[in-house]
Amino acid sequence: MTSAIQPGVAAASAPSLPPLRFDDVLTRYQPVIGLETHVELGTRTKMFCGCPASFGAEPNTSICPVCLGLPGALPVVNAAAIESAILIGLALNCSIASWCRFARKNYFYPDMPKNFQISQYDEPLCFDGWLDVRVPGGAGSDDGDSGGVRSGGTDTEPTTVRVAIERVHLEEDTGKSLHVGGATGRIHGATHSLVDYNRAGIPLVEIVTKPIVGTGARAPEVARAYVTELRDVLRTLGVSDVRMEQGSLRCDVNTSLHLLGQAEWGTRTETKNVNSLRSVERAVRSEMCRQGAVLDAGERVVQETRHFHEDTGHTTSGRSKEEATDYRYFPEPDLVPLAPDAAWVESLRATLPELPSARRARLQSEWGLSDKEMSAVLGAGAVELIAATIAEGTTPEAARKWWLGELARRANAENSDLEALAITPAQIAKVQQLVDSGRLNDKLARQVIEGVLAGEGEPEAVATARGLAVVSDMGALGAAVDDAIAANPDVAQKIRDGKVAAAGALVGAVMKATKGQADAQTVRELILARLS
Amino acid sequence: MATEFIERSAADLASFVADGTASAREITQAHLDRIAATDDRVSAFLCVDAEGALATADAVDARRAAGEQLPALAGVPVAVKDIVVTRGIETTAASKILRGWIPPYDATIVSKLRAAGLVILGKTNLDEFGMGSSTENSAYGPSRNPWDLLRTPGGSSGGSAAAVAAYQAPLAIGTDTGGSIRQPASLTGIVGHKPTYGGVSRNGLIAFSSSLDQAGPFARTVLDTALLHHVIAGHDAADSTSLDQPVPAVADAVRLGSSGDLTGVTVGVVSNLSGEGYESGVVEATQNAVARLEQLGAKIIEVSCPHFDYSQAAYYLIAPSECSSNLARFDAMRYGLRVGDDREASLESVMARTRAAGFGAEVKRRIMIGTYALSSGYYDAYYGQAQKVRTLIGRDFAAGFESCDVLVSPTSPTVAFNLGARTDDPLAMWAADHCTLPASLAGIPAISVPCGVADGLPVGLQIMAPVLADDRCYRVAAAVEASMDSPVLAAAPAL
Repeated sequence: MTSAIQPGVAAASAPSLPPLRFDDVLTRYQPVIGLETHVELGTRTKMFCGCPASFGAEPNTSICPVCLGLPGALPVVNAAAIESAILIGLALNCSIASWCRFARKNYFYPDMPKNFQISQYDEPLCFDGWLDVRVPGGAGSDDGDSGGVRSGGTDTEPTTVRVAIERVHLEEDTGKSLHVGGATGRIHGATHSLVDYNRAGIPLVEIVTKPIVGTGARAPEVARAYVTELRDVLRTLGVSDVRMEQGSLRCDVNTSLHLLGQAEWGTRTETKNVNSLRSVERAVRSEMCRQGAVLDAGERVVQETRHFHEDTGHTTSGRSKEEATDYRYFPEPDLVPLAPDAAWVESLRATLPELPSARRARLQSEWGLSDKEMSAVLGAGAVELIAATIAEGTTPEAARKWWLGELARRANAENSDLEALAITPAQIAKVQQLVDSGRLNDKLARQVIEGVLAGEGEPEAVATARGLAVVSDMGALGAAVDDAIAANPDVAQKIRDGKVAAAGALVGAVMKATKGQADAQTVRELILARLS
Repeated sequence: MATEFIERSAADLASFVADGTASAREITQAHLDRIAATDDRVSAFLCVDAEGALATADAVDARRAAGEQLPALAGVPVAVKDIVVTRGIETTAASKILRGWIPPYDATIVSKLRAAGLVILGKTNLDEFGMGSSTENSAYGPSRNPWDLLRTPGGSSGGSAAAVAAYQAPLAIGTDTGGSIRQPASLTGIVGHKPTYGGVSRNGLIAFSSSLDQAGPFARTVLDTALLHHVIAGHDAADSTSLDQPVPAVADAVRLGSSGDLTGVTVGVVSNLSGEGYESGVVEATQNAVARLEQLGAKIIEVSCPHFDYSQAAYYLIAPSECSSNLARFDAMRYGLRVGDDREASLESVMARTRAAGFGAEVKRRIMIGTYALSSGYYDAYYGQAQKVRTLIGRDFAAGFESCDVLVSPTSPTVAFNLGARTDDPLAMWAADHCTLPASLAGIPAISVPCGVADGLPVGLQIMAPVLADDRCYRVAAAVEASMDSPVLAAAPAL
């Protein structure tokens, strides 16, 4: 649908103060944060009609009279969406309403076909829950552009924060506006806008936390950890593909600051366009620093929507909420109340899969890891990879050693995620099998891994092709040892004089001569036998 | 022959088609001719679909020729209020804002009409979006009462009622939010029924007030009304508020009522629906009708429903509140009118200018009232309070139905009034709903049946029954009809 109408022009933003340093913020202020997360459910059809809820169709093809809001069309609730929302509520330890209603949220915007959104207002489907969130320790974040909490001088330990959930409710998504003609693709400066209604009516679950208080310097990390944990829970439930970059998981971050020791909270802002986990953390930090500067200057924080910019890491002013929009909520008269039967809710509860926190606890115990070791595994994003490697027959110790050692180093060097590496848990298991059988030592194994990553084939093929194997011909090895002794008479004499530690140099020489294909322990034993 | 067709009942016409006495095409053409001959004076139709009607009629004739068993009303023409969405036929809700809109889908009741072989003649006039009691709020001019062309046929379904009363169609579909079927039926001397809320699908009705809107049948006889009711009623998965219950046996009830025996039936006369503002001729005609019911064996008692006095206050908060939201979609973006788009004007400006130009005064009045009533800080005092009143009205009915099978009242406090008489006084116009609002607010069925003539104009009796007891309305209405010496409509002067 093309509209040649010029979008409304956003208000000019006030000149901004330079932000405060994060450490300085914390010397005077305490943050309160809150998160509103929107999750697009992966149901087959839309919330209130039979149109496909999938992505990628040509614009305005997955539409019908209902999701286009044509005169006379009526909504019919998608039972699968209700089921998903209840599952989410149960996973977040919420109470499930025995009776609740949809409500209309009235406001005019072209991407909203009816100019009201069917949502829930004072009667959410799920309410009063909590989610235990694992906040990683000091090394847990990949945030490279800022000192962040680590610069605060506190050596942070991994910890668990219980985030209270206010509500989980269902609503319909809006269409998508495409603003054309401006430099930024945003509404400001655009000459006209196009609207694609394929997204209109896709089921959306909104998950709202209660205010999170008392996290101080860790507020940005807690925000990120919450969204991470929530994403993992939703993924485990299989209710959404939870991809922040594609917008199936969207997060609005509320932030306010108040003076340390003061009971009353400050004015909050709502930051939108937070499109990655890293951005969640950065957005909170950025808002804390900005608001700190505003408060330090004796000004007041304006209650408004702010827009996060991935490139700069800062927020800019969006729509002001000073003149609070009156959405004129009222119960949706086109739908009957929802009354999930208690027995049905319990049957859904019985289908809940093992949730990430429970799984983590179980794996940590099965693998025999300390909290700190487990934290390192989690921080590296290696849980599933290690679990899969173990499932292929590798011991937990060996699996962890490879993924947190050699592979983490390579991922780091390539600036990629572990799971993006071109090697599978099954291949790692095979490499370890070759080590266990004595065919490879660790050094050779690393070369095999290098070959697999370079696309040279399966581990065995790589070992064969590269001629990588521990030298087991004792005659050849003996000759190499004799050569090394002959080439290093001084070292040999030291060993004869009882300085056994000097043997290392000769071992190194033999290893070098055999291109690493000898077993170091065997070499050492041969040297000592000859020089004793 | 043509005159014979247009004065016949739908039941007769259906039997003609079924037994081959007449073809559906002949019957349809007779009605199209009647429309052509009279609608310049009546203005019942906004759009006549002669081509589509004849094609449907031909299809029915072909099915009969092929030896198929035809549905009950196959080949019978029907007029449809232009607030009901019809695929391929312009649907405007009598608003400028929807001028030229051709819907891509059929309302469920239209699908049912088509499936039953009824012949849709065209779309009838109404007060814009169903808001009014005279059709004077139509953006395309008022319809006129066939009894007296200077008078209103009532509203909002005035076009449908006028079409049936003018013999342009034997059947018509209306919608009733606060009386929009019953009041025009009363003012034109025909039968009109508002079914139980949820008894007939709202899918494809352009929404005015979702919690009140109901589509229902018009006809010149109670039996025809019941036959059309039966075609359009029933559960619809596309309407969540549709009741998943069997359709009341309305045609059987008509046969039972026509026998003229009401022994064992208790009729409650609602004392609150009388008094100030009720014309003496109306009161007299309805009292006479009640007396005749007593003669047929019914027990008559008086019933007080104290909260009915608040029904107008409640209705004129609930209906505008819902309409303020329902009509928000008319914003120039996707369909309908667009005003002020010079490629420079802002989005808000185009939306505002379109709505200013596209909606009539009454629609704007109700949108503003509703917007205010739903506003934060006022919601509890207005919308919330009105919903409580609604509950109390429901309790009044429940109490009444403990001792009575049906409750009765005049359908309208007055006979048809002159066009222009109330256009400057919205409150006087709203008073036309006085008798019909309680049943709307309670979601119960109510019928208007002609029961007499006052000052040369028809008077209707309203018969109300409990939820899903639509059959009781029809039974008592049939008894009223049978008790008349001659049909009320026979007293209408020829057009």
